[in-house]
Amino acid sequence: MLQQLRENKSLQGALLILPTMVFMVGLLIIPLALTLVASFGQRSPDGGVIFTFSLDNYIRLLGFQPGCLQPSCFDSLYLQILWRSLTLAFQTTVLVILLAYPLSYFIARAPRKRRTTFLFLVLVPLWTNFVIRVYAWMMILRTQGVLNGFLGWLAGLLGIPFAPLEMLYTPGAVLVGMVYEFLPFMILPIYTSLEKIDPSLYEAAADLGANSFRTFLRVTLPLSLPGMVAGTILVFIPVMGMFVVSDLLGGRQVILVGNLIQRQFLDARDPTFGSAASLILMVMTLLVTYFYTRKFGFGEEIVAA
Amino acid sequence: MSELAVELRDVVKTFQTPEGTPVNAVDRVNLQIQNGEFFSMLGSSGCGKTTSLRMIAGFEWPTSGEVFIAGQPQGHKPPFQRPVNTVFQNYALFQHMTVFDNVAFGLQMAKRPGDEIIRRVGEALEMVKLGSMEKRYPRQLSGGQQQRVALARALVNRPQVLLLDEPLGALDQKLRKEMQVELKLLQKEVGITFIFVTHDQEEALSMSDRIAVMSLGKVLQIGSPVEIYERPNCRFVADFIGETNFLEGQVRAVDGEKVIVFVPALEAEIAGVGYQSFHNGQQVSLSVRPEKIHLAEQPPDGQKSFPVRVTQVSYIGSDTRVLVQAGKTTLKVAEQNKISTLDPDAYFQNGEQAFASLTPENTLVLPVDEVP
Repeated sequence: MLQQLRENKSLQGALLILPTMVFMVGLLIIPLALTLVASFGQRSPDGGVIFTFSLDNYIRLLGFQPGCLQPSCFDSLYLQILWRSLTLAFQTTVLVILLAYPLSYFIARAPRKRRTTFLFLVLVPLWTNFVIRVYAWMMILRTQGVLNGFLGWLAGLLGIPFAPLEMLYTPGAVLVGMVYEFLPFMILPIYTSLEKIDPSLYEAAADLGANSFRTFLRVTLPLSLPGMVAGTILVFIPVMGMFVVSDLLGGRQVILVGNLIQRQFLDARDPTFGSAASLILMVMTLLVTYFYTRKFGFGEEIVAA
Repeated sequence: MSELAVELRDVVKTFQTPEGTPVNAVDRVNLQIQNGEFFSMLGSSGCGKTTSLRMIAGFEWPTSGEVFIAGQPQGHKPPFQRPVNTVFQNYALFQHMTVFDNVAFGLQMAKRPGDEIIRRVGEALEMVKLGSMEKRYPRQLSGGQQQRVALARALVNRPQVLLLDEPLGALDQKLRKEMQVELKLLQKEVGITFIFVTHDQEEALSMSDRIAVMSLGKVLQIGSPVEIYERPNCRFVADFIGETNFLEGQVRAVDGEKVIVFVPALEAEIAGVGYQSFHNGQQVSLSVRPEKIHLAEQPPDGQKSFPVRVTQVSYIGSDTRVLVQAGKTTLKVAEQNKISTLDPDAYFQNGEQAFASLTPENTLVLPVDEVP
């Protein structure tokens, strides 16, 4: 038996991936298949699933009523939610890149000994539970919160009348929360790609007549593109499905696909509609990622590093 | 235009060591490099040759002193404002650009028109025999080809001076030799001043018009390859360039350039030539190159010789390297194998008795260095 295992390479391979296979099949493939089946089913009165084949859930998602595809029945609510999720994920990614790039650049150009410290500091927030950090943002942003308190104090000092700003439960608050949560996931890959650039390339560019700005455009930026691509994938996909941040910082004002799905399963007790929304989210994310990676690749240089 | 392509005047570069003590990587260096010259800076690592080159390129600025290029003081000018280009030790090619884009980079930065760029890049690649490689990426090229791209990328800008920082260091022995010849030819062809940094003495000797031998941040000697090898001005240079035998002794008599030195190890007075000033009683070193010691089985007539015993023989093809015990010292002797034979008697054998003779004109008297 053992002898057989020693000689059979493919058996060894099969044994090695077995635990992962069990995990993936049991916790990903089967649930996904169930979701797919459920999305074509109908809600039973007690909140269960009646397995049939009906497109009702998808018709509702597109804004129509089952049995009524007239413009009079059209309601763009769900399409708005999908669109909002997409634009928010896009805005978050762009903002995160803009914030992460200079910081990563700074860390990558710092003396080697300091870099470890800086990277450590970037990761420190991740030690605190994610939900707790979102609560911290609620404390900061709410009407009687830290930020308004500070602004009020400043206004009092300058003798300017001050009315507390309504910041919590706005799209802006959700964006701030998302950017904050996902910043480290962009800093790390960009840093890795910047750090790998041979410093003599900067010298070569300068030697050939490029000033710092043109060196950045022609050398630094293209060579750090894999890092940005990898970071974008790490940020865009989770932001698309995120519901905690929008739930806590957006309240009822900012509903994303994630919130929609959560409410269908928990509050509305309609798992069939929730399943359909989940699949639409998945397809949307896959499509965006597909076209993005076709253009830029996966940033595999970073993943491999 | 000034006669001098590059001049370093009293240049000092001080670095802070990690321990906090400052150290002069380049210590009051004066160099005058002529237009069109192939000039080498030669020394072991840490001698200041690369730092000197980097100060000419503008990657470092002198702590004191001044670098002149074509008569113009460079001050704190950044590299992109200097009329020089560099070939880097590791080539520093842009991996994300094709060979064409790498070579075109400098011309694009200088905002040359597109058709001129295409023409000049083509010429430069033709010159380094890479005409068909335009569309390749650096990682698809061999080390030697990458080297040529780096060369083309620098030369295409027609710099007044080309700086080369150990450009052949990463190549294997055979390719290195080929590139040495090619570089030399290329330099004659383009007529640009080359400043070449290397730790390889053979490379420096075979390619350069003049060589500056450096050690510990200082220039010890500047001269043609022949001067450096045949007339080293100090023990360090004699030792660093090629091989030599040192005999320590005391000056007994001086007559112009002829110096008589008593060598205790041989218990004999040896006649040599000295090109510096010496006085009686001074401690000196005699330097004799291995190929300039004459070894014979019988004492030669009319020439002073001393008996030696052969202790080791190694046949290396063109030469036979012989170690002999002479008095209290060991001498390295190189015997050229001028005659083709398999007869073992034609070669010296271990334990054999022989006679070595030194000729005064081949025996160089050098002062004992103050700094080791």
